[in-house]
Parts: sequence; C-alpha cells; structure tokens
Amino acid sequence: MTTTEVKGRFGRFGGQFVPETLMTALQELEEAYDKYKIDEDFQNELSYYLKNYVGRETPLYFAERLTAHVGGAKIYLKREDLNHTGAHKINNALGQALLAKRMGKKKIVAETGAGQHGVATATACALLGLECIVYMGAEDVKRQALNVFRMELLGTKVVGVEKGSATLKDAVNEALRHWVTNIEDTHYILGSAMGPHPFPTIVRDFQRVIGDETRKQIIEVENRLPNAVVACIGGGSNSIGMFYPFVEDQDVALYGVEAAGLGIETGKHAAAINGGQTGVLHGAFMYLLQDENGFVQEAHSISAGLDYPGVGPEHCYLNDIGRATYVNATDAEALEGVQLLCRTEGILPALESAHAIAYASKLAKTMSPDEILVICLSGRGDKDVHTISSALGGDLA
Amino acid sequence: MSQLKETILKTTANGDKAFVPYIMAGDGGLDKLQSTILKLQELGVTAIEVGIPFTDPVADGPTIERAGERALANGATLRKIIETLRSFAEQITVPLVAMTYLNPILAYGVEEFARDAKAAGIRGVIIPDMPLEESSVVHPPLKDEGIALVQLVSLASSPERIERLTKASEGFIYAVTVNGITGARQSFADELGEHFKMLQSSTDTPVLAGFGISTPDHVRNFGAICDGVIVGSKIVDSLANDDWATIEDLVKVSKVAPVK
Repeated sequence: MTTTEVKGRFGRFGGQFVPETLMTALQELEEAYDKYKIDEDFQNELSYYLKNYVGRETPLYFAERLTAHVGGAKIYLKREDLNHTGAHKINNALGQALLAKRMGKKKIVAETGAGQHGVATATACALLGLECIVYMGAEDVKRQALNVFRMELLGTKVVGVEKGSATLKDAVNEALRHWVTNIEDTHYILGSAMGPHPFPTIVRDFQRVIGDETRKQIIEVENRLPNAVVACIGGGSNSIGMFYPFVEDQDVALYGVEAAGLGIETGKHAAAINGGQTGVLHGAFMYLLQDENGFVQEAHSISAGLDYPGVGPEHCYLNDIGRATYVNATDAEALEGVQLLCRTEGILPALESAHAIAYASKLAKTMSPDEILVICLSGRGDKDVHTISSALGGDLA
Repeated sequence: MSQLKETILKTTANGDKAFVPYIMAGDGGLDKLQSTILKLQELGVTAIEVGIPFTDPVADGPTIERAGERALANGATLRKIIETLRSFAEQITVPLVAMTYLNPILAYGVEEFARDAKAAGIRGVIIPDMPLEESSVVHPPLKDEGIALVQLVSLASSPERIERLTKASEGFIYAVTVNGITGARQSFADELGEHFKMLQSSTDTPVLAGFGISTPDHVRNFGAICDGVIVGSKIVDSLANDDWATIEDLVKVSKVAPVK
C-alpha cells in the first residue's frame, strides 16, 4: 500500500475534526463498517443491487471518433453516466444506505451540490424504505431544479440552505448540524470522499468499483494497463474510486482535474489543491480555499458538483507524494468539453465530467497513438441542460 | 493549576455558582468589545467566553451563527479581536475564554496565537471542532503560555470517553446539555442529573453546563447539579438588543448573596 491510514490519516491529511457529540457516532460507524466490509452477506447484498438495480458493470467504451478528432492517445470512457440515476454517486449512496440499515438507523440525512448525490441517496432510501432529508444550497436548488423535483418524487424532503454562499459547503454545514441533533436514529450519507474519518475511506471503498472494473476491462480489451487515467475532482469521489486500484501501478499516470472556474488567477474557482492552502473544514485537514484569517472562501464553478472549497484528504496526500497530478479546467473549457463529446460521440456529459474531458483532450494530443488514456465519465448531463443553454447564450429556461 | 480553574474554584468555594456569559466579539462592532467586557465584569461574572466569528460555524445554532455573520460583516477577525483585547488588557479582571473554530488558529499560527492570546487576557480556549484526539497540534503551545484547553463532554460521549475527557480537560469541563447545536431550548432530558453526577464524581475540575441555557430557572436548576453555567445565545440576543436587565437577572441567580 502506498497510502497510509494511521488513525484516519492519509499522510498529514484527514482526521476527525468534529464536535464531541459526533465522535461516538463516528466510532460506531467505523466499527460497523469494519465489521460489514468483510461480511460476506453484506457484500453479496451490495453486489446484488449493484448488478441488478444499478446496472453494473458499466461499459468501458472506446471513443473512436473523439480519439480521431483529438489526434493522439486512444481514449476510453468509463461510462458511470449509464448507472441508474445517471452518475457514480449511486455506488456510494447505496453502499452507505445498506450499511445504515444494518446499523439499525431508520433515517438518513445527506447534502448535495449538483443534486446527483441527493438523487442517488433519495433513490437508495426509497429502495430500502428509509426516511430521507437532503440539504441543498439555495443557489443549487435554482441551478438544479430538475434534480430537486426528482428527489421530491422519490419521497425525500429537500431543504434549501440560504446561508453563506448557499452552495455545497453550506449544505454540508446544515447536514452536519442535523446529524449532531439527531445522531441517535440518523445516519449521515456523506456524498464525497471527504469529511471526518471514516467517511473518506468508506466512500473510496464504495467507489473503487469504478477503478476495479476499469482495470479488468482494459486488460480484457487491450491486454495492458492504460498510460493515463483522468477524472474530475470536487470533493473527489469518482476520481479516488477510479485512481485507488491503480495507485500501485506506477506506470499509470493519474490526473485529477479541478474546476478552475473563471481562471485560478481571478480567484473565482474551486481548485483547492492548485489554488488553496492547508486547513480544517468539515472534519478534515486538507487543502482549502481560505483567506489569511482562516475564513473559508466561496468556491466558484459552473458545475454545482465541483463548487466546493476543499478536497478529499486522500487526494491531498496523493498530491503531496507526487503519485497523482492535479490539474485544472475552466468553466469555458468544460463547456467546450460538453460540446465536443456531444458532437463526436453522441454523449451528453455532466458539467463535472466535462472538466475531465476538456483536460484529457489536451493531454491525449501530447501522447502517441499507441498509448491509452481512460476518462472517468462520472455522470450524464441531462441535469445541466439549462445551465449549458444559458452559458451558450440560449434561452431554455 | 490554571488561573481559569483557580478562579472558578474560588467562586464555588464561596457557595456561588460560576456564571460564564458568551459574547460574539465584533457583533455591534469591535469598538463595543471593551464596554461589554467591562460591564459584564462589574455584574460579577466568573469568566467571559469570547466567541470568534467563523464562516462555517457547524456547532452553532441560528442565534450565534447570525451574530457571527454580523461580526464578520463588521470586519472582525481573530487577529483584530486579539489586538482590541490587548488595548485594554490591564482593565480585564476576569479570565477570558476564547471560543473559536480551529482553522482561524491554524491560519494565525498556533504558537503566535498562544503568545498573543495570553497578552490579551485569554486564559482558556474552547475549540468546538477539535475533539481530544486531534488536540496535539494546539495543546503544547497553549500549555507553555498557561492557557487552559477546555474539553467539551457530550451526552453521547461513552463512559470511557467521559473519563478521558474529564481527565484531560483544563480550566473546567464544558458539559454539553443537549445533543445538538447551540441555542435556546425549552426543555432538557430527565436523565441529566445522573449524567452530571457522574461527571462531577470523576474529577475535581469544575463542571459547567452549556448549550440551551436561557432562563433564570435554567441557571438555578443546572446550578443545583453542577458548578455553574455558560449562557450563550440568550446573552448574545440581549446584548444585540442592549437589554442588560435580562443579563443581570441571569447573573443574580448564580449568587448566594446579592451583588453589591
């Protein structure tokens, strides 16, 4: 193992920076998770739902026309957009909902940015008969009206958060407050590979199915590992799930693409590793957008799912040891990525995933045709059509 | 023994209960900090908890959160608050206890913070998002300056944790009275008496109750089962409305003899 896990730490990152009231709940969660992750019955149940309900495994698709258009490495897409509910988020939401059920918790709280994790959690709760409440920044409620309606259809209560920047970080604050107040009967399904230990590990483990499948599939088709793997990073759940099974394969280059918003130099971005300093927020020591007083700054990204001022601790660690490279793509580049994939492959990607497409197309150009690059296509873009339309000067809304 | 603990023990030795009001520094402007602290001293409070505003106060309810937003809008920062306190430090006669989230301290620099805080009259620090397990970064520098690091104990803490927390806590033990965030409450759980009995029997460090305490009855009832109380949201609201009568009524209840 190249990643260290001492007391919930990844190198110097991670930890459990939470109010005392949550410590017992985190300990309970850790104990339950340690028990069920090696419990055959639990793993069989999870596999059953992943296969028959989520629709795994997802294809690893050779993007022939994109490859020809870009001119360079062979580009493959890991099609997480084809999962039930349209993104990778269901892998973790379902895993944690099953875990919550085993722990005897009947109520679920979650935060959501783009709404994909909220929809995935609402779906898992409907499937398993759990009561669900989702906190969502008021700004995101507007940007992602379709997903709000989907959650409500699924029987979930969606609460808009007007505080702060009214985006993902503020939704996490409210979800944490709700959890502190209701710890006895409620489990918090955190949606990204962030937050206090054991969440970054649990989320990574439920998402590593992405990388595990990719590894197996690329060997089947190409009889070798890829030269590069590219994934977008907000909190970092699809990327850590994709990266983790490749971490020990030193010849596979790993690229995490942060959201550069209007450009890192403008200060309006969500690139915590590229443009932040270390600090503590939402339970973890990590790279964080903040000012000289330690106040957390608002992130900016066209994509609600990447609009978060921090980044998961394991990514911070992979950056520090140089195992993964953290790059970025702007709002404008992501929009180009959306159009590129639509026109070359007939696939509408989520704005989040479009950051990975934008960077990967630049990277692939610098590689040779006998090299292989895999992009994690973390979600589909139906939820983003209003945002995309208005950014392109259209008038869908 | 820390100065904070000594002060509280002196209060309780007289038969009084400790009364620690919480104020949000910078709410109403930093100019107001001096007059507020001096007036609270005159009323006979035991110590003063000085809240430092933060952008993401996850342990706080709406009252303190809004006060924090007002303070941030007034430009209050940890550095400016400490500077302001230093400007009248020689007039401060009660121990100040800073309640701050961890990140502003990390951004300040832990050692520099400890040094400056001491010069500003700060004798204790409460960090609501830093449990005992994570305290090794800040504890040694605070200890070097004689600043007590106060631990919170929650209703959800296991007996084994409670033992470790009460042993480790310096100054006093901050016993959280509810599962949840700060803010006024109508009622408290019935089993609180047992909980406080256990806390007090496990240590000679004073046990103060906090979260949700907002009426003279609360002050009286909690005073009967522990060494004193911390009152936050009610004080913050009263200060925002310049309602000193309410504050006086709360302080009075903690005294055996009427304040002079």
